[in-house]
Amino acid sequence: MIDQAPILVVIFPLIFAVVTPLLGWWKKDLCYPWVILALSLSSVCSIITLKEVLGNGVIHYHLGGWEPPWGIEYVIDHLNSFILVLVASISLLVAISSKRLVEEENPDKVVYFYTLFLLQVTGFLGIVATGDLFNLYVFLEIASLAGYALIAVGEEHAPFATFRYLVMGTIGACFYLLGVGYLYMATGSLNMADVAQILPDIYSSKVVMVAFIFLLVGVAIKMALFPLHAWLPDAYTYAPSATSALVAPLMTKVSVYVMIRIIYTVFKPYYSIEILPVNLILGWLAVIAILYGVIMALRQVDIKRMFCYILIAEIGYMVGGVGLANRLGVTGAILHIMNDALMITGLFLVAGAVVYKLGGHNINQLRDAFKKMPFSMAAFAVVGLSLIGVPPTCGFFSKWYLILGAIEAENWIFIVALLLSSAINAILFFKIVEIAYYGKASHAHNGDSHGGNTIDEAPVSILIPLGVVALAIILAGIFSGKIVSGILQFAVPPNL
Amino acid sequence: MDMEIITSIKPLLATVTPLLCILLIILSRRIPNLRELWTIIASLVTFSIVASMVKTLYTSKIIAYKLVEVYPGVDIAFRVDAFGLFFALLSSFLWIVVSFYSIGYMRSLDEHSQTRYFAFFAVAISSALGVAFSSNLFTLYLFYEILTVCTYPLVTHNQNNEARSSGRMYLGYLLGTSVAFFLPAILFTYYFAGTLDFSPHGILNGKASNGMITFLFLLFLFGIGKAAIMPFNGWLPRAMVAPTPVSALLHAVAVVKAGVFCQLRVYFNIFGVELLHNQNLDIFLIYFVSITILLGSLFALKQDDIKAMLAYSTISQLSYIILAAGLYSYHGMLGGVVHIVMHGFGKITLFMCAGSILCGARIKKISRLGGIGRRMPITMLAFLFGALSVAGIPPFGGFMSKWFLALGSIEAHQWPILVVLLTSTLLNLGYFMPVVFISFFGKDSESIKGYPDIREPSPFIVAPLAFTALVSLALFFYPYPFLYLAEIFVKSMMGG
Repeated sequence: MIDQAPILVVIFPLIFAVVTPLLGWWKKDLCYPWVILALSLSSVCSIITLKEVLGNGVIHYHLGGWEPPWGIEYVIDHLNSFILVLVASISLLVAISSKRLVEEENPDKVVYFYTLFLLQVTGFLGIVATGDLFNLYVFLEIASLAGYALIAVGEEHAPFATFRYLVMGTIGACFYLLGVGYLYMATGSLNMADVAQILPDIYSSKVVMVAFIFLLVGVAIKMALFPLHAWLPDAYTYAPSATSALVAPLMTKVSVYVMIRIIYTVFKPYYSIEILPVNLILGWLAVIAILYGVIMALRQVDIKRMFCYILIAEIGYMVGGVGLANRLGVTGAILHIMNDALMITGLFLVAGAVVYKLGGHNINQLRDAFKKMPFSMAAFAVVGLSLIGVPPTCGFFSKWYLILGAIEAENWIFIVALLLSSAINAILFFKIVEIAYYGKASHAHNGDSHGGNTIDEAPVSILIPLGVVALAIILAGIFSGKIVSGILQFAVPPNL
Repeated sequence: MDMEIITSIKPLLATVTPLLCILLIILSRRIPNLRELWTIIASLVTFSIVASMVKTLYTSKIIAYKLVEVYPGVDIAFRVDAFGLFFALLSSFLWIVVSFYSIGYMRSLDEHSQTRYFAFFAVAISSALGVAFSSNLFTLYLFYEILTVCTYPLVTHNQNNEARSSGRMYLGYLLGTSVAFFLPAILFTYYFAGTLDFSPHGILNGKASNGMITFLFLLFLFGIGKAAIMPFNGWLPRAMVAPTPVSALLHAVAVVKAGVFCQLRVYFNIFGVELLHNQNLDIFLIYFVSITILLGSLFALKQDDIKAMLAYSTISQLSYIILAAGLYSYHGMLGGVVHIVMHGFGKITLFMCAGSILCGARIKKISRLGGIGRRMPITMLAFLFGALSVAGIPPFGGFMSKWFLALGSIEAHQWPILVVLLTSTLLNLGYFMPVVFISFFGKDSESIKGYPDIREPSPFIVAPLAFTALVSLALFFYPYPFLYLAEIFVKSMMGG
């Protein structure tokens, strides 16, 4: 059983997804516990896998017993076992929170929603687990197609936003597929490790160069790296609450993971440093993404859209860290994959709670939210402080590594962008806090020392995942040293 | 000089006790008397824990406690040396006094949201103690930031438009400076020195180029905005919108003194006085803060609002304390450090008097104070005591620190500083004495004439301020244990 854990992580949601429509046809209410069960099993397997990797090193799992490079191989090392745990547990949390949200927003589509939900998680997990370039493409498309459908059932403007996303996403997938094709032409192999071994001899080839660029462009569209981000704000703003809470944190993080794989595993680090200096370009794009993201976020009056732009800025953090091409920078980027996944999940769960209770995601709907929803807003405060980078929340520590990496790389402009983004995040956060805290309180001096008795909190099914995320943000901060020395230092490409 | 290091959990206990009390405060929010009892008990317990460490320090030992490693070589850790204990002793002692005062003040004005008030007050004290006991820059920064954030709800307690704009200013200055300057300064320090631990002779000596040292020095000087050194002083007068006990404890003691404490910590234990001296940064420092000393006093002269006057007076006096790091002499350092306590007791008395006047007579303006001394003699007599101590007139505590500072500037051959000190003393008397004079000997003002019910407010208000006024007097005759601790600390840096 334990030997099979790496594949079970992916298989559980897949099989369960296939069964969901049948189950829902029989009894609609069973879908929710069914999804929770699937993702719980998957999470447990991911944790077993992580333990196994930490204890015995890299796992090579050959699907159907076929030897690579002919068969599909799953290679689970420290990097992706860590991200598997992250993806599985965050999807579980979002699934838990989804119950009331889906019932409220898509009452007639519950069954389809959960089917697609599981398929999308399957896609994410598969992308992370696989060691095969083409298999990765398959999972990328599973995740994307499920994502389009999940987003399209959102608000009034969702279908149009989805169409834009669909066009862009398909172009991205094409780029990736073409890149894989070119690599296959050049090397005759699709297995990442195999390709990585063959490639150095033909690094000077134009085909390889084009393949590399196509792969990166494809992934950059999927992660919404500036200037390929335009599809994201609309799509994630109009998506149903539970969908945005799942897609926003994970799709982008998984894409960053793929980028790290391509730059540092499929290709040797020196390729992107010496032969084709993409790191330099990535560094600049990151800086622009960060500044563009936070400045655009400032202008938003819709909190979901604001969170989307924050997400675009956060992607800049990770890409910038990858582009620093030193151990500290890449450690920061990987650490930020976790931290940012937690923070963005937190943000969109809060958005979900707000939509559910206050009826919309305009910033003015948050008036007096501190009184009405003290727990949700307390969790929001934790997330906000983490975005600003106030220790001991985890957001501080990604910045810590990223800035140290930038000092080492003497990339001053990236430091300035990071600090500026912290400052603007502070403005953003307190902009929301001001509205939620002051409300109509200017004439509320009635000597009532206990606050109003008008608490009207979000349902427990949202509060629990939100509380877990808030707690995780603090714990991930306090124990970031342990996480780095226990897992991440082995996850960083060894020859950096 | 080698110090024996003892591992003890006491600093952690002292920091955590106020936090535990928050739970009790929130649980008993419906029973105000019980709720306030928890605050009183927690303040007494905290003070006892802090005071119990004094004996250990006398025998030139150091108490250390490591909580968790967050990064190789960087811990969240506590280390109690004489300077830290000195500050902790002051803060925890005054918390007891102000807790009683808070009860009288908040109830007499029938303030709203008192539970929130007492809860965040406890967080603030906890983080001030954390700052005092920090063993390295990282831990210091952690508590420094928490202190900023947790005082926001206290400053903006009134929740009206004035509070909102002051709150923006408060966070803008404090978070802005700390993110833009303080944080990069810490990261650069770590990058060059390889550690962030405080050491009696600094850690930067010989680790970075002269230009870099100067750059870091400026980052720290402007980054620790809580010290209110001009031009980053604007937040302090605006923070006076807070309830008076907040101004009293936080903006005369805990927050602003945490600011100067951090500044001195950095100069003494990160740079080391020798390094500053060798690069002539000490000269720059004393003349730079002299501007704040003089301008602060001048601004105080023209204020009509009592609390605004006290705020500008505080800005001026805080920079006296910074002089300690620049006057390269035994008495200069001693004077600056001791001034933390002397000014603390004097200024808290003055603030509590301002609050007492507000509660007893609903007056905020100096121009309306005529004759109030005849109605509220205890308050105004305490005001006189506090004013004389802050100005540095014998036989009050403030005389001692100013005497040392003057002595220090002579030892260091910095005659202009002596002139600055004397001029500022005259200015101090210039803005304090008219207040005392008109309140006792002036004609009854409009606000007093027709109101026969103006008298001393509740003993909860009057007793604490009378007490601290007497302590200000007593400190002249018996400045121990503060003077001992300051001597131990200054000697530890001079010796060896």
